[in-house]
Amino acid sequence: MIVNKSEVVIGRIVLVIVLVLTLIPLANMLSAALQPAGDNPTGLTWPAHPQWSNFVTAFDTGHVWQLMGSSLLIVVVVVPVSLLFSTLAGYALGNLRMRGGRFVFIFLILGLTIPFEALIIPLYYQVQAIGVLNTQWAVILPLIGLYMPFSVVWMRAHFIGVPRELSEAARVDGATTLQEFRRIQLPLARPALSALAILLFLWTWNQFLLPVVLISDPLSRTVAGALTFFQGQYSSSIPLLNAGALIIIVPTIVVFIVFQRQFIRALLQGAVKG
Amino acid sequence: MTTSIAPRRAAAHSAARRGTLVGWLFAAPALIAYCAFVIYPLLTGLQYSFYRWNGVGPSEWVGINNYVRVFTDPDLLGSIRNAFVLIAFFTIVPVAAGLVLATLIRSMRPGFFSSASQTILFLPQIIPLAAAGIGWSWMYAQTGAVNQLLSAVGLGSLARPWLGDFQTALPAVGLIGSWVLTGLCTVLFLTGIGKIDPSLYEAVRLDGANWAREFVTVTIPGLRQEIAVLVTITIIAALSSFDIIYTTTLGGPGRATLVPGISIYRIGFTQSEVGLASAFGIVLMILVLACVLPIQRLARVSDR
Repeated sequence: MIVNKSEVVIGRIVLVIVLVLTLIPLANMLSAALQPAGDNPTGLTWPAHPQWSNFVTAFDTGHVWQLMGSSLLIVVVVVPVSLLFSTLAGYALGNLRMRGGRFVFIFLILGLTIPFEALIIPLYYQVQAIGVLNTQWAVILPLIGLYMPFSVVWMRAHFIGVPRELSEAARVDGATTLQEFRRIQLPLARPALSALAILLFLWTWNQFLLPVVLISDPLSRTVAGALTFFQGQYSSSIPLLNAGALIIIVPTIVVFIVFQRQFIRALLQGAVKG
Repeated sequence: MTTSIAPRRAAAHSAARRGTLVGWLFAAPALIAYCAFVIYPLLTGLQYSFYRWNGVGPSEWVGINNYVRVFTDPDLLGSIRNAFVLIAFFTIVPVAAGLVLATLIRSMRPGFFSSASQTILFLPQIIPLAAAGIGWSWMYAQTGAVNQLLSAVGLGSLARPWLGDFQTALPAVGLIGSWVLTGLCTVLFLTGIGKIDPSLYEAVRLDGANWAREFVTVTIPGLRQEIAVLVTITIIAALSSFDIIYTTTLGGPGRATLVPGISIYRIGFTQSEVGLASAFGIVLMILVLACVLPIQRLARVSDR
C-alpha cells in the first residue's frame, strides 16, 4: 500500500483523538468515583484527595460478593450447557448432514434476528408457570434457548470447514460416531469453542433485560441487572454510584484484557457470521 | 460384479439412515431448548396478542384490536418513530465514522500502539450497556463533563441537563449508542481494509486519483460485506435498544426517549396490558425483519 508521510501523521492524530473520546466517559466515571462520597462533584476534575475507600463502601453496601456469586451461578450453567448443545447440533448439521438438516438450519436462522424484547412478555408467564420466576433459573433456562440459533450456526460453520476425509478415515478405522466426535472432532473444534465461550460469557454477564424482568430481587440477578439496584441505593451519591458501576465493569475488562486476542477475533468473526 | 452392488448399496443406505438417526439425536438437545424458549414463547406471544388480559384474571378475545392500537396510539407510534431516529445514531454515525476513521488510520503497523488502540476502541463494546448508561448520565448531568466543556469554550449558555430536556434527550441517548458502536465498526473496517488487494490502491494512485476518489472506488466496494454486516447488527441494536434507555431516562422526559423495548416493558408489567404488549412485541420483531432482510438481499446481489 502506498502511504505517504503526511497521511501517517494525520492517521495517528485522528486515532489519538478517537481514543481520547472513547476513554473520556470511563475516566469521568473514575474521577467522580474518587470524590468524597457526600459531595456533588463537577464534571471531569481529578479530586485533590482521591477517596479510594469509596470502592470499598460501594462493594460492601452494594452486596457485590453476593451479586458476583449470583452472576457466576448463571454463567456457570448457561455457558457450558450452551456450548455442549450447540457443538452437538453443529456437528450434526455441519458434518453428519443428516436428512432434514437443511430444514433444521433454516428453522434456527429464523431465530437469529428475534429481539429478546419481542419474547419477554410470554417468557415471563412461561417461567412463572414452570415455577422458577424470581430464581436464577428464570434467566438460565431462557438464555440457553435464546443463544441456540447463534451458537449452532457458529459451530456448524466450524464443522463445515473440517475436511470430511478426517471423518471417513476415522470410520474406516472402525470408530463409532461418538468416538470420532470425542477423539477427533472436539480437539479440532477448540478454537471455535473457546471463541464462542468468550462471547457467551460476555453476553450472559452483561445481560440486563431478562434479569430485570424475571428476577424481582436485584441480589439474585446478574451484576448488570443489579445496576438498577445501585441506582436506587446511591441515588443521592454520584461518587458511590459511579464506584459501584465501575466495580461491575472491571471484571469484563479484566477478562477482555486476558483473552484479548481471542476476544477480538471472536467478536469480529461473530459480527461477520451473525 | 452385479451381485455385489445390491448389498453394498443396502449397506450404504442403512449407514445413511443410521447417520440420519444419530444426526437428529445430536441435534435434539439444541432443538428442544430452542423450541422451548424461543418458538414456544413466540407462539404464546402471538396468541396473547389477540386477547385483552391483565395477566391474572380472565382474558377476552379482541381480534386484531391490539394491533390497531399499536398503529394508532400516538405514544406507541412515537416510540417506533424514536427507534428509527436512533438508527441515525446507532447505524449511520458509527458506520460512516468507522469508514472514515479506518481509512485514516489504515497505516497502523502491528505493534504495541496498534494493539493498545484496538483494545481501547473495543472497550465500550465489552462493558455492560447498563453501566455505560450510568456513566453517560453523569456526563450529561447539569454539573457533568459536557456542560463543563461547553463553559470552558465559552458556550456556557448552551449548558443544560441534556437528558432532562425534551429537545436534546433523544439525540443525547443516541450518541451513547454511537460511542458504543463506533469502535466496533472501526476495528472491523480496519481488518477489512487489510484484506483489500494493495495493488488496487496502487493502481488508482498511479491513475492520479485523490484520496476521496480512492475511498469511493476502492475502499467502499472492498468493504461491502463488512458494511452490510455492521448495518444489520447496528439496526437491530437501534430498534431493540433497552439497557441504555432504562438506566439513563426510562423513556423520559415525558415520552421523548420512549422506544419499543421500554414501551413493551411498561405496558406489559406496569400497566398489565399483556395482550397489547405482546402485539407490540410481534410488531417489533416484524419491523426488525423488514429492515434486515432487504440488506441481506442487497449484500448478496452485489456479491455476484
